[in-house]
Amino acid sequence: MRQILTPIVLVLLAVVLWRTVPMTAPEEISAIGRHFVEHGVAENRGANIVTSVIVNYRGLDTLGEVSVLFLSVAGAGFILRRRTGLTLETPTPASELVETGARLLFGPIVLFGAYIFAHGHLTPGGGFQGGAVVASAVLLLLLAERDRALAHNALGWIESLSGFLYVLVGLIGLALAGSFLSNKGILPLGAWNSLFSAGLIPVIYMLVGLKVGSELAALIDTMMHSGEPAATETEEARP
Amino acid sequence: MIEPTALYTITGGLLILIGFAAIMLKRNLIKIMLGFVLVEAGVHIMIICFGYIPGRTAPIVDSPNLLTDAAAMTAAPTQFVDPVVQAIVLTAIVIAVGVTALMLAYVVRLYGTHKSLDVGRYVSLKW
Repeated sequence: MRQILTPIVLVLLAVVLWRTVPMTAPEEISAIGRHFVEHGVAENRGANIVTSVIVNYRGLDTLGEVSVLFLSVAGAGFILRRRTGLTLETPTPASELVETGARLLFGPIVLFGAYIFAHGHLTPGGGFQGGAVVASAVLLLLLAERDRALAHNALGWIESLSGFLYVLVGLIGLALAGSFLSNKGILPLGAWNSLFSAGLIPVIYMLVGLKVGSELAALIDTMMHSGEPAATETEEARP
Repeated sequence: MIEPTALYTITGGLLILIGFAAIMLKRNLIKIMLGFVLVEAGVHIMIICFGYIPGRTAPIVDSPNLLTDAAAMTAAPTQFVDPVVQAIVLTAIVIAVGVTALMLAYVVRLYGTHKSLDVGRYVSLKW
């Protein structure tokens, strides 16, 4: 049954895609994209227009996106929190070289991630990308030293605080400039293409970077330590 | 000579089809999850293609003319690709990461309960 239905569904899907998706490049960019490109620099003073769109014009959408990421990470953590029933074999300890190398690289990688999310308004990159780089440093450290425990409380605090400050910045915009997450007249826009420019955009993107980095780090830690004895205490306490 | 946009769109469409084939045909839960990841990748490529115009650059301004010069402001929409679709795809990628993590967590949990990755072994929702 499945072998018959699958090709039919795939052929129908291919026909739908073929008939609906345009195959030629558009002549012009969309009207709203046109506005962003024409006025983005004058309004926000950020060199990277994509960042202006994400953090300013569609800032509320980005707040929702951060919430979705938070929810999915919280969901994964909730699913894996109790005993998963997996008994992992004791991993072979990494060699001295790997451990020292990982510790040596951890700092520079975190610094690089911070660089990416602090320069999101100037170069390609931003909070999400920088946060992912920071989390990759944590992953490297955890792969080298399997029994290293992350400070979950600290990660939770960083995450909650940055999320709270994101909303607070939005409310300040609502109070001072009349619209949620507004960028008008709250911080000086600064000179074009300098680190301290674009008003609130780098502030918000740094908060997003901290939030995404701590969320993904906590997620990696939860996934690597699921099924270990330390995670089973809550299971036994239940009736 | 095939047009670049057509090439990229067809690539995205093929990735979507391969992903759906994996979702429907594979029995291993991890391979089904990878099918979803392929569909996501294909959709991202397709959305990017909606705003891609050959010969134009990414919307990152490299000269301060846009601040003062009215002629540069009217010329700007002819040098850059559409920033809106790029922002949308960035959003979509982040959400895809979250969804993938959630799916993986479910796979780990299911493997813990039934000690099997075969989707045919999970019959409790079957009718």
